[in-house]
Amino acid sequence: MRVRVNNEERDLPEGTTLERLLREIGLADRPCAAEVNRKHIPKRDHAGHTLRDGDTIELVTLVGGG
Amino acid sequence: MANVTTTNELSEPGLAPLSIAGRLFSSRLFVGTGKYDSFERMAGALDASGCEVVTVAVRRERLYNDKGQSLLDHLDLSRYTILPNTAGCFTAEDAVRVSRLGRDLLEQVGNPGASWVKLEVLGDKKTLLPDPIGTIEACKELVADGFQVLVYSSDDPIVAERLKACGAASVMPAGSPIGSGQGILNANNIVICLEKLKQGDPAYPVIVDAGVGGASDVARAMELGADGVLLNTAVAHAKDPVMMAHAMRKACECGRQSYLAGRIPKRLYATASSPWDGAISYIPGE
Repeated sequence: MRVRVNNEERDLPEGTTLERLLREIGLADRPCAAEVNRKHIPKRDHAGHTLRDGDTIELVTLVGGG
Repeated sequence: MANVTTTNELSEPGLAPLSIAGRLFSSRLFVGTGKYDSFERMAGALDASGCEVVTVAVRRERLYNDKGQSLLDHLDLSRYTILPNTAGCFTAEDAVRVSRLGRDLLEQVGNPGASWVKLEVLGDKKTLLPDPIGTIEACKELVADGFQVLVYSSDDPIVAERLKACGAASVMPAGSPIGSGQGILNANNIVICLEKLKQGDPAYPVIVDAGVGGASDVARAMELGADGVLLNTAVAHAKDPVMMAHAMRKACECGRQSYLAGRIPKRLYATASSPWDGAISYIPGE
């Protein structure tokens, strides 16, 4: 299936969870918050959230700001 | 003599803690973490400022070739309350989305700022002035969702009142546009904001947010009666950010003391400090 992660297309195996995606990208052990299709998925729900073809995923962190 | 503080009673008279949303802070200066040329300089400036609350932004992770350092590696999370902002949001919906993501991030690192948000809903990219309608909409929704909302506003006293009525933990009127360094352009409006927001509720915290250019702007805001000042660019883009941060710290304290001590009213004409009685000189008109 094909999803969009931070505005980039990415192919993933069917059944990939949000937690699995974060692990593959290398963000599983860093502070990272996620949205799927503009809906916030809390960290505690990442393992149980299965991604679907066409999903739009935003992965964010904290940066310097005023 | 009543209400007189002698210098040997307290080394720093009047520097009582600031209370916001049930938390106490000995520093009344909030400092942003953006625009520094290095994380090391940022950490040095934050330390010199004496601040206890720092603002951060929520942005996309870089997914490839990211071997750079992370902001969180350079912030002592046991020392600072991290206040995530919604900078860059132009709709209430986006501001609520970003607030929830920021809360999730701070819960992951166990910071007490997790339920706090510095709400900004902006009108356009050029002025960065707040959209009052979007700000009020977002404020209502975030308060209902359990957030402690510290809300960036214009210096319009009516909008400030509306935001407090929505349940904002603090209203933060702008001195002048974000990053402009113009200081406090309309001190009268700030005074009216303070009067309205504190009417019957003198402890309600009002923070002047944005527009600071130098330490005198901080002192001025505090002298008007603000409970604190939030700034970023004036420190981050100073020639010497660490020295400027130290100056801001002192300005914040001296402005607060000047306000509490009670400045004299401005008068059109002079009033002599030396007595007329006993003067041996010629005095015109007498």
